[in-house]
Amino acid sequence: MTKPQHILLLGIGNVLWADEGFGVRVIEHLQKNYRFPEQVQVMDGGTQGVYLVEHVQAANVLVVFDAVDYGLSEGTLKCIENEEVPKFLGAKKMSLHQTGFQEVLAMADMLGQYPEHLLLIGVQPVELDDYGGSLRPQVKAQIQSAIDIALKYLADFGVSAEVVSVYNAITDPVLDIQRYEQERPTATEACRIGDERILQSEAFEVRPLVSPEELRLKVDIDYRGKY
Amino acid sequence: MTVRNTPNGFHLNDAGRRIIVDPVTRIEGHMRCEVNIDEDNIIRNAISSGTMWRGLEVILKGRDPRDAWAFVQRICGVCTGTHALTSVRAVEDALKIKIPENANSIRNLMQLSLQVQDHLVHFYHLHALDWVNPVNALKADPNATSLLQQSISPHNPKSSPGYFRDTQNRLQKFVESGQLGPFKNGYWTNPAYLLPPEADLMAVTHYLEALDFQKDIMKIRTIFGGKDPHPNWLVGGVPCAINIDGVGATGAINMERLNLVSSIIDRTITFIDQVYIPDLLAIAKFYKGWMYGGGISGQSLLSYGDIPDDANDYSASNLLMPRGAIINGDLTKVHEVDLRDPEQIKEFVPHSWYKYPDESKGLHPWDGITEPHYSLGPNAKGTRTHIEELDEAAKYSWIKAPRWRGHAMEVGPLARYVIGYAQGNKEITEQINFVLKTLDVPVTALFSTLGRTAARGLEAQWAAGKMRYFMDKLITNIKAGDLATANVTKWDPETWPESVKGVGFTEAPRGALAHWLKIENTKIANYQCVVPTTWNGSPRDEQGNIGAFEAALMNTKVERPEEPVEILRTLHSFDPCLACSTHIMGPDGAELTQVKVR
Repeated sequence: MTKPQHILLLGIGNVLWADEGFGVRVIEHLQKNYRFPEQVQVMDGGTQGVYLVEHVQAANVLVVFDAVDYGLSEGTLKCIENEEVPKFLGAKKMSLHQTGFQEVLAMADMLGQYPEHLLLIGVQPVELDDYGGSLRPQVKAQIQSAIDIALKYLADFGVSAEVVSVYNAITDPVLDIQRYEQERPTATEACRIGDERILQSEAFEVRPLVSPEELRLKVDIDYRGKY
Repeated sequence: MTVRNTPNGFHLNDAGRRIIVDPVTRIEGHMRCEVNIDEDNIIRNAISSGTMWRGLEVILKGRDPRDAWAFVQRICGVCTGTHALTSVRAVEDALKIKIPENANSIRNLMQLSLQVQDHLVHFYHLHALDWVNPVNALKADPNATSLLQQSISPHNPKSSPGYFRDTQNRLQKFVESGQLGPFKNGYWTNPAYLLPPEADLMAVTHYLEALDFQKDIMKIRTIFGGKDPHPNWLVGGVPCAINIDGVGATGAINMERLNLVSSIIDRTITFIDQVYIPDLLAIAKFYKGWMYGGGISGQSLLSYGDIPDDANDYSASNLLMPRGAIINGDLTKVHEVDLRDPEQIKEFVPHSWYKYPDESKGLHPWDGITEPHYSLGPNAKGTRTHIEELDEAAKYSWIKAPRWRGHAMEVGPLARYVIGYAQGNKEITEQINFVLKTLDVPVTALFSTLGRTAARGLEAQWAAGKMRYFMDKLITNIKAGDLATANVTKWDPETWPESVKGVGFTEAPRGALAHWLKIENTKIANYQCVVPTTWNGSPRDEQGNIGAFEAALMNTKVERPEEPVEILRTLHSFDPCLACSTHIMGPDGAELTQVKVR
């Protein structure tokens, strides 16, 4: 295949809702550990909707990372491509940004610029209803696998990434996954659940804290005074 | 059956059929509405419920106050930057940090660009489809559309029949392929749509044009915020340096970047003047007989004000966007608003799923308690995890009920515009008078769903003009040799007092927004956000006063209960910070249909 002009690696989701943050965390990992040629853009799309249209329009190749409820076993990765994507996203009620993202794709299409190649790399979430929580271990463990799939996909277009060891703070340092997890207030200080759809009992369930052993790759860098 | 008069002047009757409007999304916060309609399909009782716990306040406890902006910017996918700005202002207020003039101008430019973009996207990509029928646009004669375009906006060059024919062809292709995309969830056969086909085609064409244009506006925030979609913010100023002679697109703000911002501002002003405002007026002309949805907008309105002209002065006289409160419908008196006064803003919870030690009293946000207490009233239907019908006599919402001196208030563009009008603000008065004259309607027409929509358009026009003002101010200041963008003298927590409190406020596109925080031993001890949708989507209070959404739905006629486009119009006119789906329940409780609402 000829080298495409513009490739967008886009992570979407909300880091404040546990596994909903998968797409954004994949991007964080990519930004920390990989460097791409100039035609590749690596973007944390958060929960943005319409505002992402221009980036989708500009891409010849679009790879989207997200948590998607496929009804599979926890942490399973599933990839879908091209015309399967909007059809799938419209098929089942998921989360707002996904419904929104389907519309983003439709809007880009209406404006007459749609990615020639589209790959959605989705992970089956374990837990979404944990406000202020981080990725569950099964989902976190799939970050690298999702990246490997994306890199293989890009290799088909003759594009390769360089692995870097020097940390370069592009992401919001305060939302860095390690700090996000370590500085989380306790469950007694901060109620983590509350949507009536998950309130099964009279009393609020309190989930145990993530143990420090689960926090891998600790990086001790002070970002203060960088500005 | 309950029949009751509320202290704020509404007659409630829950005898009739109940229409349930229930969203099923999680990211930005859920919202559910239930209304009772009488035998003539007129809404006689309305309930607005936030059905999702937003515990942002508590996940910030113990964190570094300088980091709070990055968390609050993830609350919602739409109003990211305005939450971040509110947060850094709250911390600066607590620590008495003064920001440089350039930082004030740049923050205003970012905030104003958000206002303009949000209003534009709201009008064309969320709200327009409540008034415009894209399917009907297929029937339009492009020549007639061209003539209509030239008559309403003579200076807009994009008015040829061929231009509109192109859109029509593109639309036709979409319809034929069976993928209506963003248009697929409409009630396109509903008689509530009143535009002739040529107006529908014009509006749909501008739907696409606005979609293409809005992305330019965002570049302003990318340039000043360093990145996009989540720009960087900084306690003490803005995180971008100015190096006017620098070259290249990376790093500091240079002349080339400033020129780019300047040209975007010019194009924004042109787009609003030539497209947005003419469209708004053209559409309004066809709907001016539909005067529903006023609610409490004619009686109780609140704005904190925003866009400080000079840096660090947050008094009403220095705020270009008006500040004040109107109560009891008395437009001759605009009351002063003080966010620190424990007697003014209080949040009540008798109908909210929270627990206070004494629920007959409200709490000022600095003393706010966010302790969840979920329970359904005896008349609720369904189960705790699948509510079919709420019991509004008991607790029924995750939203607290904020009140200003005991009054339920409407916030947002209409509130700001009516307050500005009442204060005699020259620019706002001229804009409003122009619209009233063009449409030949009295000033009371403002107090309606369409009034809210019109005020938003006028405010976009105003905000674009103010972007030009602050851009000129910024460049003048830079040319005078002032390059400072941040004050970091109090960056080190060792310089902070042991215990302080602060409040930061903005006017978000959808209304008054404030964050109150307490800092103890350099960490966040309490953080309370009162967001615009808390005011507008508020449940009842201990006196039984209904909130702005609830009031605005009252007495509206719903032509087809199974297609409640009228409910959507009014809820959308507030630009609620949520996304939702609707379930329409028949009298037997069976679900008739489900539609998505945004």
